[in-house]
Formats: sequence, structure tokens, C-alpha cells
Amino acid sequence: MGIKKNKEFETNDFPIIEQYEGGSIILTQLDALLNWSRANSVWPLTFGTRCCAIEFMAVGASRHDMARFGYEVARASPRQADMIIISGSINYKMAPILKRLYDQIADPKYVIAMGACAVSGGPFFYNSYSIVKGADHVIPVDVYVPGCPPRPEALLFAFLQLQKKIKREKNFKTKIKK
Amino acid sequence: MTNEQLIEQLSKAYPAAATKQGGQYPEITMPREMLHSFMQNLKSEPNLAFDYLVCESGVDYPEYLQVVYHLESTTHRHFLVVKSNTENRETAVLDTVCDIWPTAEFHEREIYDLLGITFNHHHDMRRFFLDNTWGHPLRKDFKDDIHVVER
Repeated sequence: MGIKKNKEFETNDFPIIEQYEGGSIILTQLDALLNWSRANSVWPLTFGTRCCAIEFMAVGASRHDMARFGYEVARASPRQADMIIISGSINYKMAPILKRLYDQIADPKYVIAMGACAVSGGPFFYNSYSIVKGADHVIPVDVYVPGCPPRPEALLFAFLQLQKKIKREKNFKTKIKK
Repeated sequence: MTNEQLIEQLSKAYPAAATKQGGQYPEITMPREMLHSFMQNLKSEPNLAFDYLVCESGVDYPEYLQVVYHLESTTHRHFLVVKSNTENRETAVLDTVCDIWPTAEFHEREIYDLLGITFNHHHDMRRFFLDNTWGHPLRKDFKDDIHVVER
């Protein structure tokens, strides 16, 4: 992938399994099973600060349905959610709250930055004293969706990209037994 | 009352004020000293009866700052715009109207927070959104190297 993840956010403890010759077929199949089950059931946290939240609600409604991709309900509590969709601009006042919510979500967690404000500060990049210039100054982001606001179809495409990204993950660290 | 009648009545009563017509609402610019008694008069006089302060906002001019009041009467259904200039940008003080229209409390706190105009006799003159580490961000000469990317 080539994306450097911040060490601070990697708190998973992977089981380290010794890899025998010819034994890795089991691990890759286990990986595939785990990734498939995680990717098809990612429940977002209700987090909308600005206009992009309306498009997020449109994605949750019946015409562009996000439940058919597994993003079934938007949970209100971060303990029950798997990901945050940052829809809207983040103030300097909101930034510590966003970080706290992200920390409260249990692993594995994902982040989609939706809309120009969350990607880079958007229309408020120049001459604005109050908007953080991009949500990835606060938490690490997996998928960026440009647009102001992005169409619901664009957000659905971002969901599919996130699913592809989850399916590429490696869950087991292996060391080769010499 | 129509716009013309309003302006006629007000400019006869207050010859020191500058009036302007032609736009959507009639405008009158009052000097700072007569502002509070003028506003009191606007509310209490029965054929004017401006009992609704729609909006109060601040404006930043190069030499001075200005506060603009949009007033409406719910009984007679006429509008008026009142403007009032401060002395200069450093000492920007005006009289409050929150004893006449209580909505002005929050409007004036916001103007103080973002533009720096203080109001005399206000019950609770403190910042609204920001804290005292900020300057007054909506002034044209506001500089902040950390938060603002200049264009």
C-alpha cells in the first residue's frame, strides 16, 4: 500500500504464528475469512458536523441504500461503531472531541473523510481562522472523498474502496521457522 | 407607514441624522450620543412601534467601525435600518440596546467577540464563541500565522 501508518495508532496485538513450509495456505484463508467478515459489516458512527451530513443521510435513506453494503445502522455510541465518516468541517473546538471519539472506537476502526472540508479544509482553506485544514491533522484517514458535497454515489464508491482496502489487510504476523 | 413617510417624520424630528432612501429599506445614520434615546423613542412611540430587532451586525470600515440595526414593527409592518459609527477603530464603544430589545444581548456579545466593539451598560459583556487568547477575527487587519492561511 505504501502508506505509512502512525505508530501511535497501531494498538493491535497480532498473534505471531510460526510459519511452516507449505502451511501458509491456512493463514491466507483465515485472513480472507476475517477480512471478508469485517468488510461486509462496517457500522458507522453518527458524526456529521456540516452540510455533508445531509448527503450522508441521503446515502442512508432508501434511494441510495447503504444497508445493502453492510453499513447497516449508524450507531450513536462509539463503542458500538466500526468507523467514522467525517462529514463536514472540523473546527478547532471540535478537533479534540473528534480525537476522543476516535480513541473510543474499538479496533479495527476505519475513517472516511467525506467532502472538501474534511479532506483539506475545502472552501475554508484560505483566510479562515476556525476550520482545521483537513481532518487528517487530527486522526488518520483511510479513504478520501472529494466533492462539495460529494454525490451519494461518490460516497458509495468510497464504501466500496474501503471494503477493498479491508480485504487487503494481513491479520497474522508470521515468522518463518528456520 | 410607507418608507417616505417614515423618513420624513424621522428627519424632521432629528435633523442631525443623515437619511437615505431608494433601497429596499429606509436608512438613517445616527450619531453615537443620541443613539439610545432615539432607539427608546422608536419603540415607545405608538405610530412607529418598532418592537422587533431583526438583526444587529457590525461593519468594518477603514477609519471606523459601524453597527447596523434592522428594525421591524409587527403592528404597522414597516422596516427601518439604523446605522451608527464608532469614533475610531481603537476605541470602539457604543451604547447598548439590550434594555430595549433583549435579543440584542447575544448579538452584541457576538459583535464584541468577533469585531471588538464594546457596549456600555451591557449586563454580560463577555466573549461568545472564542476565548481571550484570540484577537478579533472578523476585522480586516486580523493576522494569525498559525490558524489562517493567507491568500
